[in-house]
Amino acid sequence: MDLLTQRMLDRFQHGVPVCARPYQAMAEELGCSEADILERLARLQETGALSRIGPVMEHSKAGSSSLVALAVPLADIEQVAAYINSLPEVNHNYEREHDYNLWFVLTGPSRSHLDAVLLDIHQHTGLEPLDLPMVKPHRIDLGFPMFQDSEVPQ
Amino acid sequence: MSGQLTQAQRETLWRLLEQGLPLVPQPYAALAQQAGCSEAQALAQVQDWQQQGLFRRFGVVVRHRLLGIDANCMLVLDIPDELVDAVGDRLAASPGVNLCYQRPRRPNWRYNLFCMVHGRCREAVVRHVDGLLEQHGLSQRPHHLLFSTRAFKQRGARYSMPEMLND
Repeated sequence: MDLLTQRMLDRFQHGVPVCARPYQAMAEELGCSEADILERLARLQETGALSRIGPVMEHSKAGSSSLVALAVPLADIEQVAAYINSLPEVNHNYEREHDYNLWFVLTGPSRSHLDAVLLDIHQHTGLEPLDLPMVKPHRIDLGFPMFQDSEVPQ
Repeated sequence: MSGQLTQAQRETLWRLLEQGLPLVPQPYAALAQQAGCSEAQALAQVQDWQQQGLFRRFGVVVRHRLLGIDANCMLVLDIPDELVDAVGDRLAASPGVNLCYQRPRRPNWRYNLFCMVHGRCREAVVRHVDGLLEQHGLSQRPHHLLFSTRAFKQRGARYSMPEMLND
């Protein structure tokens, strides 16, 4: 990753202006050309490191969400993970080191929609989902610092 | 060129926006073409959504694992209810903490405060978390570090357009 890509990721994981020429606006702030920005973004897209440019929706206003965990017998984890992945309401789905070993985020238009999905999961897997909707945010995700002297533990 | 979008146009624009801006100099013109409206209308609508607070952030969304940030730790703590607000605020302001949320306790789940800490290697993240706990006097509080061992899915959330935005 070149220096311009690092600077772009450090500066613009939030705060991309909503204007007609956003890549031009990013370029002006970083002192490069619009084509430089588009080229770096296209390269990140090719490697799969770019998910997208755009909004991360505010869950509390854009619908309902919950962090959910399942305690899956080890022999079944790939099969259960594949089923969970197949649900359109699931975005992140991680295996973690705990008895509750499968952790995923459910999002949907309403809490009642999520309740129905949780019931489906329970019936399909025979496992009782641990349902942990947010009570209060103290810090929301603003992206990841990229530089070596950043706050990311190296 | 200005004026309200129809409900169908707004829904189309919302869905397109969730998939991300196209990598062309005038991305809103491209979205507008697909939604059947003008660039100015599309832009005004997205600015309106932003002003309504529907976006937590608007920017480059990365898959951190593919950028080498692949030690992903969820730190969970059991903090007495009367202290959890203050502890949450202090941890949220600490370096290396990407997310900090309160979540409910359950009969078989005692932890009520969740922090995400990401880093380039596991040992560094463990050291960092140990340091944070010590600094904030939390080492003796019940806590657990849940590292992720596999990512089965990592993508943006898809919502249908919120009902509050409907006509």
